[in-house]
Amino acid sequence: MNAHSDAVAAVAPDDGIAPGELLMDVRNVSLRFGGVKAITDISFDVRKGEIRAIIGPNGAGKTSMLNVINGFYTPQEGTITFRGKQRRAMKPHHAVRQGIARTFQNVALFKGMSTLDNIMAGRSVLMKRNLFWQMLWHGPALQEEIAHRRVVEEIIDFLEIQHIRRTPVGKLPYGLQKRVELGRALAMEPSLLLLDEPMAGMNLEEKEDMSRFIIEVNRQRGTTIALIEHDMGVVMDLSDRVVVLDYGKKIADGPPEAVKSNQQVIDAYLGVAH
Amino acid sequence: MDFLNSILVKPFADMAAAPDFLLQVLWEGIVSGVLYALIALGFVLIYKSSRIFNFAQGIMVVFAALTLVGLHEKGVPALLAVPLTLVVMFILAVGIERVVLRPLVNQPDIILFMATIGITLFLVGFGEIIFGGENKVMITEQLYIPTGSFEFEPFGGFVSIEQKDLTAVIGAGLLVIALLVFLNRSKMGRAIRALGDDHQAALSVGISLSTIWVLVWFISGIIALATGIVWGARAGVSFALEVIAFKALPVLMLGGLESVSGAIIGGLMIGILEKLFEIYWGQPLLGGNTETWFAFVFALFVLLFRPQGLFGERIIERV
Repeated sequence: MNAHSDAVAAVAPDDGIAPGELLMDVRNVSLRFGGVKAITDISFDVRKGEIRAIIGPNGAGKTSMLNVINGFYTPQEGTITFRGKQRRAMKPHHAVRQGIARTFQNVALFKGMSTLDNIMAGRSVLMKRNLFWQMLWHGPALQEEIAHRRVVEEIIDFLEIQHIRRTPVGKLPYGLQKRVELGRALAMEPSLLLLDEPMAGMNLEEKEDMSRFIIEVNRQRGTTIALIEHDMGVVMDLSDRVVVLDYGKKIADGPPEAVKSNQQVIDAYLGVAH
Repeated sequence: MDFLNSILVKPFADMAAAPDFLLQVLWEGIVSGVLYALIALGFVLIYKSSRIFNFAQGIMVVFAALTLVGLHEKGVPALLAVPLTLVVMFILAVGIERVVLRPLVNQPDIILFMATIGITLFLVGFGEIIFGGENKVMITEQLYIPTGSFEFEPFGGFVSIEQKDLTAVIGAGLLVIALLVFLNRSKMGRAIRALGDDHQAALSVGISLSTIWVLVWFISGIIALATGIVWGARAGVSFALEVIAFKALPVLMLGGLESVSGAIIGGLMIGILEKLFEIYWGQPLLGGNTETWFAFVFALFVLLFRPQGLFGERIIERV
């Protein structure tokens, strides 16, 4: 039981990488769909403990990049090294095992299930007891279920969604759905948390709440975060370093202030006469 | 007036006049209802987890029954032939996942549906090459399924319950209970339901698409074997059995494609209603043989009033 409460205290598991060291290294990754180039020769890295933003105009390849990282897409060229292990082709469930969790631009939740069950689903990879005990709903499996349940309740408290614990998520307003989705990703105790437009479609108050959660996850739990976001104010406030993509190519990489004043970035966002 | 009387009054008067016969009719209805429910369950499982309408479910019943009987003909003892048939169904599930489903991931539903028609044609041909096309007899006795019958005399009348029907009903009941416990209690079961709810979300929490697909096709294979044994015991094993699978369609319309309990209740309902209709309305008024179409007309009628079926999942959508 103690092992589990310890796991809660350090939700980002100890993966043997010191803060500030290389967690993920993306090298020369290219992704094509037939003749369409989604990503061309992109390299960047993510360091342990930082908040890394990926920005760029619509269609720049940001979501494709996330999909490559969590295994939805397999790039034609390039390598990704995560926690010191290089890989090319992998399935999403392998990525999950390695400690990569994510949320989606358009919210992908189990709409018919309650908030609690959705977040519980995030624990499924961490459940170990065999089928036999699970079916009997007894013994070690029950113990394990209770331990997981405790972690989930802590996440629910943290995200301030106690009041919707039993509500089917399909009925929730969009802002709360986004929060549940973040909860499910946190329940996976990821080394790297990928957030695809966590503030999209939110009002100011909801954005402030979400920013607070992201910062707290990062500071208190030490979780490394890579996020895509369109709200520049948010990006500049939250992130430690920013990668800028445009038409599938990297055009800038660095701290927020440097990126903000980069002429190529300004051109990409405001458009420029060619 | 006479006409209304023959529709609205006389059938019920007949039922009341011979309650023992009514019991017999109800029992027959339950037995076929259980079989419809079993086939419908096979469809529901695959649809729930992958949104594929599995056209091959019917032929899987035939193929499983043929394999069982065929193995026995080749000299394998009956009790060994059952686990061997399960192995064959597992290999079939793995094969379907590798060869058909995996390359078609992310294709529109209609393409996957067409692919299951392909699987059907393949299994028809493959089954005929291996086991021949002639009708076979189910190895009921070798499997120790009792063949006598229980006789009762309620209300001073006479009701006979065949032991093999009783075995079928009990066996199907146990299978369904095991399935429900598995779906609701186990991690894999949750994964199956999660996958049906949202593919992307399921993948992102670490559920493996291939594992789940093999699993549901294998479970459908187990259900197919159970159906094949029971149905084969009543009607013999032939490719004509495949057609019976289409009886599951009205059950699915009633029960909804994603509801396990819907499939069970829908199956029983159709089984009982079509028997009652045949005996009390069909034979006296329409010259009989109404069982071939009653279920479809009934389902159509229900759909007029409840397009999501009787037990279909309510779709919650925010705009």
